[in-house]
Amino acid sequence: MRAPGGPEVAVGDVLLSVENVSLSFGGVTAVSDVSFDIRKGEIRAIIGPNGAGKTSMLNVINGFYTPQQGRITFKGETRSKMRPHDAAHGGIARTFQNVALFRGMTALDNIMAGRTLKMHKNFFWQLLRYGPAMAEEVEHRHVVEEIIEFLKIQEIRRTPVGRLPYGLQKRVELGRALAMEPELLLLDEPMAGMNIEEKEDMSRFVLDVNGHFGTTIALIEHDMGVVMDLSDRVVVLDHGIKIADGTPDEMKKNQAVIDAYLGVAH
Amino acid sequence: MALNASAVADTFPKLLIRNAHLYGSRPSMRHKDLGVWQTWTWEQVLELVRAYAVGLNRLGLKRGETIAIVGANRPKLYWSVMAAQMLGAVPVPVYSDAVADELCFVLAHAEARYAAVEDQEQIDKLQSVAERLPKLTLMIYDEKRGLRDYDHARLRSMDDVIDEGRKALADPAVGAWLDAEIAAGKGSDPSIILYTSGTTGASKGVVLTGERSIKAASDTVVFDKLNENDVALAYLPLAWVGDHYLNYAQGMVAGFCTACPESADTAMSDLREIGPSFYFAPPRTLELLLTRVMIRMEDAGLLKRKLFHYFIGVARRYGERILNGQPVGLIGRLLYGLGNILLYAPLKNVLGFSRVRVAYTAGEAIGPDLFAFYRSIGLNLKQLYGQTEAFLYVTAQPDGEIYSDTVGPACPNVEIRIAENGEVLFRSPGMFSGYFKDAAKTAEAMTPDGFVKTGDAGFFDEKTGHLKIIDRAKDVGRLNDGTLFPPKYIENKLKFYPNIREVVALGDKHDFVCVMLNIDLTAVGSWAERNNVVYGSYQELAGHPLVYDMIEKHVAEANRSLAADKVMAGAQIKRFLILHKELDADDGELTRTQKVRRGFIAERYAPLIKALYDGSKEADISTEVTFEDGRKGIISARVKIRDIKIEPAAAPMGKAA
Repeated sequence: MRAPGGPEVAVGDVLLSVENVSLSFGGVTAVSDVSFDIRKGEIRAIIGPNGAGKTSMLNVINGFYTPQQGRITFKGETRSKMRPHDAAHGGIARTFQNVALFRGMTALDNIMAGRTLKMHKNFFWQLLRYGPAMAEEVEHRHVVEEIIEFLKIQEIRRTPVGRLPYGLQKRVELGRALAMEPELLLLDEPMAGMNIEEKEDMSRFVLDVNGHFGTTIALIEHDMGVVMDLSDRVVVLDHGIKIADGTPDEMKKNQAVIDAYLGVAH
Repeated sequence: MALNASAVADTFPKLLIRNAHLYGSRPSMRHKDLGVWQTWTWEQVLELVRAYAVGLNRLGLKRGETIAIVGANRPKLYWSVMAAQMLGAVPVPVYSDAVADELCFVLAHAEARYAAVEDQEQIDKLQSVAERLPKLTLMIYDEKRGLRDYDHARLRSMDDVIDEGRKALADPAVGAWLDAEIAAGKGSDPSIILYTSGTTGASKGVVLTGERSIKAASDTVVFDKLNENDVALAYLPLAWVGDHYLNYAQGMVAGFCTACPESADTAMSDLREIGPSFYFAPPRTLELLLTRVMIRMEDAGLLKRKLFHYFIGVARRYGERILNGQPVGLIGRLLYGLGNILLYAPLKNVLGFSRVRVAYTAGEAIGPDLFAFYRSIGLNLKQLYGQTEAFLYVTAQPDGEIYSDTVGPACPNVEIRIAENGEVLFRSPGMFSGYFKDAAKTAEAMTPDGFVKTGDAGFFDEKTGHLKIIDRAKDVGRLNDGTLFPPKYIENKLKFYPNIREVVALGDKHDFVCVMLNIDLTAVGSWAERNNVVYGSYQELAGHPLVYDMIEKHVAEANRSLAADKVMAGAQIKRFLILHKELDADDGELTRTQKVRRGFIAERYAPLIKALYDGSKEADISTEVTFEDGRKGIISARVKIRDIKIEPAAAPMGKAA
């Protein structure tokens, strides 16, 4: 149920699909013949034990890795490989497993950096910070301030992110990804290393991003409680192979998934 | 003149209209939104509040009904107060950090049908106790975030209510009706109900009337020469009498601008940006600020540290005398002037005190060192004494007559009398008209000739003519040998050490005095870092032997100071322990204004108290704690107890002077 006036998101249309993707590094196979899709407006979780190929999969989606085989279709356009800037221009944003922020810059500047793609005035205008470039910056700053309020990080606006605790750095990173106004947001272990309270806050933000902005989200997460609460559908990888795909409830009962996580007696 | 006009306006809505005429385009309210300070002028506020009032009326709010106000200091919540008053309805602000049960008690007692709330958090709390609040029909919220999936049958956005009212006001008949409503408001009608924080049992609803509130505020506005050019930052709880008086009532009477911080966490930096000219802070906040400054100075470079300590020494010697206008030698003045350029002015700027003309502190005794520190760097910090029933002020220190251990002479038009048992009684222009729905308690709180009993014991200092408060009248006890035992006096002696956050003194009807205390995690944590003391939690740090050694020194020092006073020498501390958890308002150990609830603590920590008096060296305790989200857990610990040497009473030699 969505509030009137909010973005109407029809869950159902396929936003991105991955078909028969295989990726290997030399003799090591990271992902092998994996296919799944992400529908508009949903929260899609990718789970699996360590080394299952989850992060590799995200890297393939946003073009950081080029798969040896397979196709990626994003918004109806099919490519054998996605280049990072195509992904960014196309509306895919991401956060990283290990926070990747500009540590010496303030939270505000980091999030502002996420707006770079949306800035159109050329370098010299921006250097002058005058006239149209200034007007553009003010406009972007407004969007960034809305994100700051949304993530409740007003008090750290001017703090260099290197000085912030880990949980807040993760939040700033989410802010930077949001600044791109993405259609598809890839979150690589957004709750890793957090305590329960921070996890609850982060879950709240993820749900709010999905509900408030209608952003489609694909996330990798290890905390099963979080995955079950947040996601609409789950894809399970193990040793680079897709072993299951379905709703969280189905996954809980799926024998292959239980075996992958708990191990099987040999 | 402006102040004569306020005599005519006997309700806040009439005052608002007066301000819109007198100060129309001057700022009335500021709020930082999306990183930018937004300003509303008195004219704009009047227009908004009129629309809001009409909107509320369309939803059914009528004269005499109550509306709860729950949330932080935000313009729209202040306007909710104004809009309700415009209709003759009575706003009832509630502490926004109260847990659901406390909210429920106030709303049920006040019979609120409406609630103006800040955000989802408050709505969640109210909905969790909805079945106990059958009268509550509608919640009007400011912040829509997170509410998209909620059932909107009982919810309305404030913006929609205001828009609705604005549309209705297009019809001149509606405007005329509203004017008639405002004119129909009488000064003797209740203007607000403030619930006391519950230091002494369940909280009571203090009913204040418009006329009396305005009279009281007019007196202090003249006393402190406040005018429409002043600015205050509203960062203390909306439901507290201090905020309602200092910011809302004084702001309305003087026409000054009230600024609301961006969020509770940014209050410090907002203070710096706004640069208020009128400032209030409880001693606890001032202490926290000073602790932070001191910690940062410890981490500063050698040169800066030396400079800091040298010029703080200069300030200690000359600062207060310069502020009080007493004679100071040329060298002193020059040194202080240099210190002002190098240290005091920049420091005040960092703290946001650059433009403060009048600053007050109250609520608890303030440490003499702490008080002197702020005054010595040139902050005109003064003390006042008051309570909700008085609509704040009973006494206040006039400029130039400042002492750290008095609360000043009676305010203009306030009469004070000391009862035979030492209790302070007063009669003031702003005093309350009664407790809401509790005539018996009202009668109990008054003397037959119309004075209000404060419940505080105090006396007038012969030298200065100022009032001195020693403790709650009913808390002053006696040891078994008949020695006087004012617990707060002893607690305050210890609390003035930055390493000690909270103290509970025990001794009434016992043989000797014992204390249980909380260390200050910021100060002791920073000390631990510098001294390679490793700890994982508050509990571990509190139980550390080196921490015990440090606190033992403080207690021994406090004993020496108690021994110096003949009356108090018998009440020296014989044994102490450091509690394994911080006392917390969520666990009912402190009131919402952070005062210790002694009776409750005595019950909860009974095993520790037993151990203190039976000579044990340690004791086991397990206590239930409530987390911020309302869940409960158990903390268990073994707490060590230490003995302290008792100092001999002061030799009758006496010091010079």
